[in-house]
Amino acid sequence: MLGVRAALARNRMPALAGAAIVLVGLSIALIFFYAPTDADQGISQRIFYFHVPIALTAYACFGWGAWKALRHLWKGDPNADLESYVAIHQGIIFGSLTLLTGSIWAKISWGVWWDWGDNQLVLFLILFLFYSAYFMLRYSVDPGPQRANMSAVYALFGVVLIPVSFLAIRLAESLIHPTVFTSQGPQMEDSQFFTFCVAWVAMLTLFATLYQVELAGKRLDARLRELRELVGVGR
Amino acid sequence: MTYVADVAALARKDLLLELRAKETLPAMLLFVLSALTIMHFAVPTGGENVPGLGAEAQAAIREREEIASLGLLWVALVFTALLGLTRAFVPEREQRVMDALVLAPSDRSAIWLAKAIAVFAFLGAVELVALPAFSLFFEPVDAMTVAAILLANVGICTVGTLTGAMAVAGRARELILPLLFLPLVIPVVVGGIGASVGGSPRYLLFLVLYDALFGLLAWASFDYVVAER
Repeated sequence: MLGVRAALARNRMPALAGAAIVLVGLSIALIFFYAPTDADQGISQRIFYFHVPIALTAYACFGWGAWKALRHLWKGDPNADLESYVAIHQGIIFGSLTLLTGSIWAKISWGVWWDWGDNQLVLFLILFLFYSAYFMLRYSVDPGPQRANMSAVYALFGVVLIPVSFLAIRLAESLIHPTVFTSQGPQMEDSQFFTFCVAWVAMLTLFATLYQVELAGKRLDARLRELRELVGVGR
Repeated sequence: MTYVADVAALARKDLLLELRAKETLPAMLLFVLSALTIMHFAVPTGGENVPGLGAEAQAAIREREEIASLGLLWVALVFTALLGLTRAFVPEREQRVMDALVLAPSDRSAIWLAKAIAVFAFLGAVELVALPAFSLFFEPVDAMTVAAILLANVGICTVGTLTGAMAVAGRARELILPLLFLPLVIPVVVGGIGASVGGSPRYLLFLVLYDALFGLLAWASFDYVVAER
């Protein structure tokens, strides 16, 4: 028992991964067996509990990546560059899932795969394209301080791009997206809201786990490369 | 005052270089004219009456065509700017001037500002030809559109020069600039189209906001993009 605790103190990843598995399992159970079926949209509305938490998690990933980028430029935190990259990478994965689940939901409830008249769709697409280009930039520059700075500057531009694009799209106004959260609080049943919250926390935990795993892998890679150079193996 | 002098000297260098080599400007001019020609064939414009339709339907079609051609104008301008921006930092790269500029005892944002001014001048010169050509080929251009284009130029040059500096540092260069640049100028295009088609001054206000915000951001962050540390 003591050994397990000591191992967990050294490496929090198994705990995090376990929490992610439990929470994702719980949220799936809640979504299919606990949350009431929507009177208007029927079973298809249940995709809401996947789509919206994934989308919010994608935003959180980009936000976290930008925050780490700021840390890099501001404090010169040596780990921040890699952390920012990994967060944005996860953001792109969750972003792809958002576009996918959103498309399916749109097809079922609006009858189209894509709707240019919808603000949130277009905004998300712009952001997605923007952060996809981040990878092109990162992989076209040789690793080093300049690449780290450049990536950080570009990641931070995204944070400004979100409100500006939002404003731009808002100017060409149209409102089709179901507004579930208004200033009067969430417009849904308590059981629905509970399911939604669990699903969201599950997605965030999943993100944290994937983030840690990828980060650990990348760090291992870097250390291996350093060791190789030290020993003189491989070129 | 030395900051202004630095910017002026650097911008003068770029304009002088272009005046002697005549590389970028003729290419941009030819590009925008070719683009407008291609667009004429790609999208129905020109206002011919469709036989068998009432006057109301004809007018509706005319209006649609007008909107479409104004949209094409914006597409052509953004891509022409892209062409100019791709070339913007090429002299610095080929002659390794950038290293010298970074080492020079002046604020590095001056490099960005000077380059943005030079690109702005090129773009303005191209538009002096492109806009009359557009009104000749397609639709007359109103004052609102001209104002929007001027404001959009500022945004395009500020953001484009920064992303241009990023792109030349990498291996893929010409390939990567459009990817970095286009998502960032989507708001500019939205605002520009809004001003041309909608004709509401709030779109101009939005463009001013964009210019100020991204101008400030690019000005503050350029140092990080070129400095190796």
